[in-house]
Amino acid sequence: MRVIYTLWMRQLKRFFRAKSRMVGAIGQPLLFLVALGYGIGSIYAKAGQGNYLEFLVPGIMAQTVLFSAMFYGAMIMFDKQFGFLKETLVAPVSRFKIMFGGALGGATTATLQGTLVLLISLLLGFRPHNWLLVPVAILILGLLSIAIASFSSGIGSFVEDMQGFQAINQFLVFPLYFLSGALYPLQHVPRWLRIVAECNPMSYAVDAMRDVLIGQTHFGLAKDLIVLFVSVIALLAFGAYRFRHIQA
Amino acid sequence: MSKNEPVITLEHVTKRFGDVTAVNDISFTVGKGELFALLGPNGAGKSTTIKMLTTLLKPTEGHLTLAGHDVTRAQDSARKAFGIVFQDPSVDIEMTAYENMELHAALYGIKGRETRKRIQTLLELVELWDRKDAYVKQYSGGMKRRLEIARGLLHHPHVLFLDEPTLGLDTQTRALLWDYVKRLSHEEGMTVFFTTHYLEEAEAVADRIGIIDHGKLIALGTTKELTKETNTKTLEQAYLALTGRTVRDEEPGKGDEWRMRRRARMMR
Repeated sequence: MRVIYTLWMRQLKRFFRAKSRMVGAIGQPLLFLVALGYGIGSIYAKAGQGNYLEFLVPGIMAQTVLFSAMFYGAMIMFDKQFGFLKETLVAPVSRFKIMFGGALGGATTATLQGTLVLLISLLLGFRPHNWLLVPVAILILGLLSIAIASFSSGIGSFVEDMQGFQAINQFLVFPLYFLSGALYPLQHVPRWLRIVAECNPMSYAVDAMRDVLIGQTHFGLAKDLIVLFVSVIALLAFGAYRFRHIQA
Repeated sequence: MSKNEPVITLEHVTKRFGDVTAVNDISFTVGKGELFALLGPNGAGKSTTIKMLTTLLKPTEGHLTLAGHDVTRAQDSARKAFGIVFQDPSVDIEMTAYENMELHAALYGIKGRETRKRIQTLLELVELWDRKDAYVKQYSGGMKRRLEIARGLLHHPHVLFLDEPTLGLDTQTRALLWDYVKRLSHEEGMTVFFTTHYLEEAEAVADRIGIIDHGKLIALGTTKELTKETNTKTLEQAYLALTGRTVRDEEPGKGDEWRMRRRARMMR
């Protein structure tokens, strides 16, 4: 436990010490909320769909977690480049603990950022339909964070350098985000797009949060949670497997 | 041969990467408390040998033990038995020296109170105690190296591996560093296994020297034995007589590029 705790703490310390990451954590989602929330909000309302900001907030929370937890893979790249990885690889500790401690740290900072987005949204006028369910939304955010942080550690384990990681990261993050129902309702989209979104686990995390926060759902909460749990386990296994074969 | 009972043993160890044989059927032992230098030109197989001994690579064939533990089969026991200072820095530069030491203690399961005591003793030994709360990125190359040595000793290893520990350090720091290492070896009976390109260092420090070339161990003995065998006066002459004068170029892979860049940064 101490190993996992120590490596988790390391990620937290590094996050809170990096001022630029803190600014990015607030700035980017705020921009999305304001630009999209107000920019598209009026058309959305005119089309009879209701309050777009309300619809958007769970999507932006998920986006924040996606971008931030994917960054954890970059931390592995830094550890490779700056040599710290070797220190952990020769230690008498299982590789799973090393991977899990770090990924949990990356997931925690991502969840904190996602929660911060929720707080900012409150300032912009967002109101959850049931305050008592807010902790559940944060829990869902946490599960999504663990899934993505594990996924990114798996990628960070076999990619050789930062450029390669960035390329793969971009290649994966944007489709996962834009094709997830984070920005638009899935009811009215063309059939092919709906099929793509239905294959994207992100869609279910966004939908679960939307259900809990504003009482709107596309798939139903039970299905959302099943997909989310399965994704967490599958991606954790993927991350652990790849990390076991990491080369320093 | 060795001073005492063997602490490191290699028996018919071979490592192949595809068609390339990096280490070719090497056997030798290093005794308790011995200072052993492994020398060889670039790409001779030094780093591969250290990587196999420190569980970072598995041998293709052969058998390695560390303090009685099979390196491949009893990985965790073997890992507890050694400390290592890698060729390139491996500290977390975004954390303080103290935090780096604490992290190491957690990885090696050293208890809380004991941890604080050991950290203070070691950081005082390498003269970094008053800078313990500074971020390592503010350290000079020599300070980082001293920190790595202190960290490598924190769990009281039987064997300390030093992979080119003095590369890029000034003469004063090099002298200081070898003083610590020799003192620890004598006081604690710790075995030291190191590589270096500075032959005068090996001559001054090592009890015995192994020379590896093209993956083969081509000579093994004290400086005296090696100079006698080659009919030369210094270790450097003996070394050149054994390995020839052709310059070896290592194929720089991605890892080496990083290493060079990192080293350039470290020297600044």
